[in-house]
Amino acid sequence: MFQIRIHGRGGQGVVTAAELLSVAAFAEGRHAQAFPSFGSERTGAPVVAFCRIDDRPIRVREPVLEPDAVIVQDPTLLRPGLGVDVLAGLRPQGYLLVNTAATLDDLGLGAVAARLPYGHVATVPATAIARTHVGRPVPNAALLGAFAALTELMSIDSVAAAIAARFHGRLSDGNVAAARAAYEHVKGVRARASAA
Amino acid sequence: MALTVARCRPEVICAYPISPQTHIVEGLSALVAAGALTGCEFVNVESEFAALSVAIGASAAGARAYTATASQGLLFMAEALWNASGLGLPIVMTVANRAIGAPINIWNDHSDAMALRDCGWIQLYAQDNQEAADLHILAFRLAEELSVPVMVCMDGFVLTHAFEAIDVPDQERVDRYLPPYRPRQVLDPQAPVTIGAMVGPEAFTEVKYLAHQTQLRALTVIPRLAEEFATVFGRRCPSLVSPYRTEDADLVVVALGSVLGTLAETIDELRDEGRRVGALGITTFRPFPAEAVRAALRDGQRVIVLERAFSIGSGGVVSQDLRAALDGRDCPLSTVVAGLGGRPVTRPSLRRLITQAGSAPDGPTAVPPPLEFLDLDRELLVRGASVAARSAAERDERSLRNER
Amino acid sequence: MAVQRVKFYQTGSFAVGNRLLDPAMRSVQADRSRANAITSGHRACRGCGEALGARYVLDAAMRATGGKLVTVNATGCLEVFSTPYPESAWQVAWLHSLFGNAPAVAAGVAAALRAKGRTDIRVIGQAGDGGTVDIGFGCLSGLFERNDDVLFICYDNQGYMNTGVQRSGATPPAARTTTTPVEDEAPGNRFGQGKFVPFIAMAHEIPYVATATIADLRDLEAKVERAMQLRGARYLHVLVPCPLGWGTDASETIRIARLATESGLFPVFEAEHGEVTDVSPIRHRVPVEEYLRRQLRFRHLFEPTRREDLIARIQARADATILRFGLIAEKES
Repeated sequence: MFQIRIHGRGGQGVVTAAELLSVAAFAEGRHAQAFPSFGSERTGAPVVAFCRIDDRPIRVREPVLEPDAVIVQDPTLLRPGLGVDVLAGLRPQGYLLVNTAATLDDLGLGAVAARLPYGHVATVPATAIARTHVGRPVPNAALLGAFAALTELMSIDSVAAAIAARFHGRLSDGNVAAARAAYEHVKGVRARASAA
Repeated sequence: MALTVARCRPEVICAYPISPQTHIVEGLSALVAAGALTGCEFVNVESEFAALSVAIGASAAGARAYTATASQGLLFMAEALWNASGLGLPIVMTVANRAIGAPINIWNDHSDAMALRDCGWIQLYAQDNQEAADLHILAFRLAEELSVPVMVCMDGFVLTHAFEAIDVPDQERVDRYLPPYRPRQVLDPQAPVTIGAMVGPEAFTEVKYLAHQTQLRALTVIPRLAEEFATVFGRRCPSLVSPYRTEDADLVVVALGSVLGTLAETIDELRDEGRRVGALGITTFRPFPAEAVRAALRDGQRVIVLERAFSIGSGGVVSQDLRAALDGRDCPLSTVVAGLGGRPVTRPSLRRLITQAGSAPDGPTAVPPPLEFLDLDRELLVRGASVAARSAAERDERSLRNER
Repeated sequence: MAVQRVKFYQTGSFAVGNRLLDPAMRSVQADRSRANAITSGHRACRGCGEALGARYVLDAAMRATGGKLVTVNATGCLEVFSTPYPESAWQVAWLHSLFGNAPAVAAGVAAALRAKGRTDIRVIGQAGDGGTVDIGFGCLSGLFERNDDVLFICYDNQGYMNTGVQRSGATPPAARTTTTPVEDEAPGNRFGQGKFVPFIAMAHEIPYVATATIADLRDLEAKVERAMQLRGARYLHVLVPCPLGWGTDASETIRIARLATESGLFPVFEAEHGEVTDVSPIRHRVPVEEYLRRQLRFRHLFEPTRREDLIARIQARADATILRFGLIAEKES
């Protein structure tokens, strides 16, 4: 089973991101489950959503305590004192994807990244990509494209199809474009790193 | 869920928003507005009491009626719940199980439906979203066959807000399984009847006796309907109880709802380690399937009842029914209250619970403690007590000063 | 050197905390010793109209009552975002009732204070439109009928916002909500009878009924002060836009409230014992379209096709309201 935990703030499409991941996995013939850690949160408050993917039916209902991958939609959640430990329980072989234009060291994640396997950590300026392609600073679709590139857990086409089915018209096209752009971004960074 | 309910061809839907049921009602509203659900009146009401009242009126007038609620909302319609069952109206209602305040808490436990277990409604508890969907279809059929209202309980947020793959039964099959509603009694100017007379001491007992017998009939009707469901839809539908690896178990955990999924995972892990443990899921809680429970458990098995609600000042709720059902059997029973107000019931906690129970110092058949709370935060209790003591002291000090 | 006092007048400004104003005319919020009845740290959305309204109302009430105030709050956004255990943003005596009984619980508090000879302590009951217009309606009427000494405040954001934007009895016609979705035949909320609770309150002939919005905060405070000078059942209905539910930008909340009044859709007035005693005239009238097109919940009136028929019906309602309350002076300069 592959467990994903997505952290963000209300209004950033965190819950939708988890749902789209589950839809993409389902489209590829796998079992999937997505649910939010619902709070009385308002726009701007920290939000967590979970997604599980497996080749067997998924029966557990508990929150994801030991994620195989963590997606951070809002790097301001990394600040100490917020009471949100986005990295809690992240498995030693886990993946980390952060929405940011800064470097991991800038965010104080250098040590954490070093402990994770090589190639399991990525940053992507998802909000900027979203603004470019969708005209809104909602980074979830872009992050899903980046996630596909980072983990290769599902194809970018499955992700794109899930996005296209959820949204309509310009929003759909824009989000799909953002996902693909983020996908290419992460792929490009990894290729360059391998070549170096 | 909305799609499934829509395919049951409800004629009147009314609901009042309350977390976590809102998705279902919104979905139905969209279907009606889009013309996808025809012959259906969607009524926006001003309270839950109004919602069930509208359903009562609709059902009495011969329409298939549906509503949904949770927690505070279920309590707000309490009087109407008794009214609906007393009048034998086959209303189906989704209850998105949620805790009851004060203190206000929007998260999942079974306090709401359990608090109304005596009202005469049939109560079915879904383990996952597929069961939830299937049980709604069965519920309409069951309600109309027995003229008893049915509530389909599904854990709030945990199930209502979860995305998972389910097979939504197609219209053709639902139509095959669920014929149009033919009321036993209906408000019809052509054949006027009086519904809801006043019954005094001379006949009230008999009315209630009959209601009880009708509910007990459900214990044979539900398995029959579940079998028919399997034939029509090609899939097992939950019936009265769902045993999981209980046959050779030393210890069986009894539970309702979504926690059974996490429990099954934990049991598999423990089984791989050589522990003989199983689970007994209860799908039909009212009427209580005493026979089915007795058949699923054998003498010598230790039973832990995992409750998602409890009777304050007394103890477990499901435990009471279970004890009565197991009267005369050698099945030591203990009660564990878990997951109140949405506190997650986790695999580690379940594992701890089961392994500790199995290794009781006096052996697995020793007399267990009366009531336990899973994952009780004792530190929080101590802190709370000291805050309360401080407040009381401050209050006393203030009143002394005021008196001088 | 002789000192000449020069008076500066600031005209055409709705600014609160205007430093050119006499201290006595300034908002309570300009007073550093204000109560801060609802203080910072609460979890409201950015741009929340209700948070703004509640702050002004309660600080004004605290000043008017010398801090002798007990507040009863129904379930809803205000209650939820202000009291996430273990924190509370309230610095006043505050009780969370249930959803439908805030008026009754407030009446109970008032009765207790009467029994204890403490009528110097005043009571406020507050709820959203759901808790006032719908589920709390029965209890509200009871409070009015008994003339309980309670000031009841309805923060009207025209829908059940706390549970995700469902329709309430206060939702205006044609508005999109999750239970009044937009389809060809059913464009949002119906053009029903409406349920203007200030009228219903007036029908009870209670001592004081007023409407206000967060676009004119000094007016809102003045009405709270006026209400606290009186005894018996008093009702204040405050329009508080919800950026999330209405689909407006978080920075537009006050502007939207102003457009609601300037279009004539929301009349601002006072009434005593069933008779209107004062109205706030419309300064710069705008067509309803000005107001509607800024909100996503009315977007379907303009896109993909312009619904002239619906806009006209809404305009007609605004026209009727203006006429009924005399919101525009006879001679317009």
